[in-house]
Amino acid sequence: MAGAGVREFKRRIRSVANTQQITKAMKMVAAARLRRAQEKAEASRPYNETLQGTVARLSAVALDVKHPLLEKRDEIKKIGYIVVTADRGLCGAYNTNIIKMANQSMENIDNNVEKTVIAVGRKASDFYKKRGLIAVDFVNLGDNISYLDARAVAQYVIEAYEKKELDEVFLVYSKFINVLRQVPTLTKVFPLEPPEEKEGLASHLIDYIYEPSAEAILVSLLPRYVGSLIYNSMLEGKAGEFGARMTAMGNATENAGELIGSLTLAMNKARQAAITDEILDIVGGAEALQK
Amino acid sequence: MADNTFMLEVVTPENILLKEEIQFLVVPGAEGELGILKNHAPIVASLKIGVLKYKMLDETIQKIAISGGFMEVVDNIVRVLAETAEHGANVDVLRAKEARERAERRLAQRSEDINIDRARLALQRAIARIKAAG
Repeated sequence: MAGAGVREFKRRIRSVANTQQITKAMKMVAAARLRRAQEKAEASRPYNETLQGTVARLSAVALDVKHPLLEKRDEIKKIGYIVVTADRGLCGAYNTNIIKMANQSMENIDNNVEKTVIAVGRKASDFYKKRGLIAVDFVNLGDNISYLDARAVAQYVIEAYEKKELDEVFLVYSKFINVLRQVPTLTKVFPLEPPEEKEGLASHLIDYIYEPSAEAILVSLLPRYVGSLIYNSMLEGKAGEFGARMTAMGNATENAGELIGSLTLAMNKARQAAITDEILDIVGGAEALQK
Repeated sequence: MADNTFMLEVVTPENILLKEEIQFLVVPGAEGELGILKNHAPIVASLKIGVLKYKMLDETIQKIAISGGFMEVVDNIVRVLAETAEHGANVDVLRAKEARERAERRLAQRSEDINIDRARLALQRAIARIKAAG
């Protein structure tokens, strides 16, 4: 019956509207959290930049520093990947893009080399657990990343590299360009390559006293530098996650709106058809009586 | 008197804990305490876990517990970078004391499965925090 069709449309419209309400709320929540994540990334900038600048300057001054973290291995038997993803989904291709990038890199490496994953975030953990590649995972860190979370990850990879359980370590995360754009990025962590000093900086000209020595300071800063690299990737990842979720939920809300529009149109058509049918019935009945 | 002051910044990964004009600063250098006054020569020094003391413009002495890091002095700006830093007044002494006892117990047991270095660092951090509070 045509009347039942209209009721069915009504039910579907109501259901889509409910979903739309949820996606809209999720978008707003993501927007609020994005702002907080960005503030956090902003707050970490003075530390990161000073540390990077100092490590760069020290490594320019301190020649032939020997440190296990700087040591290049001739034979590479096992490579570690730190894969930083979100704990949750519903953020478009955000997690998939990061995992894809890590997988691509793994595929390009000789099969004889063992690969293992240090997963940060539930999505990476779940994915690589199924494939038996997980060395360790750091999950359920929440939306508020603390430096201590990053340091735990750093501590694990530093120890593994020093004990030669890993011969090379890569970091895969999503670089935050802006709210609409996050670029999956792969960088090498170990063997550590200290950042290059920016040319033309005034600090070149300053004749520092190094206490106790440039070499000793550099050695004490390297683990902290690793910590700040990982912290930074986790903060950018968080901001990216919320950016991606905002976009995904914005799109979902829009799509739901369109769906409601076309369902409403179809419903009205069905109702009109039903009315026309009924009128035809009545007219037909009346004409039959007159004959 | 205002001309003997310089800027002190204490920076951690999570925030800038302190940015203030001060008169005098003592930091726990890797090889002994270092005192800094205005017009100090440019220096980069590595710091151990300990207490940073500074004299404010109103002559009061403040303390900050830091978990090691480094200090850079240029043009009367002293920048201290530490992984964690905490104002003495904000230290939860009870918790710090518990942490100290825990670390001491671990060191006393010397069992195989614990990381001695890590326990020792935890102990130093706890002592620094208690000192900063006192």
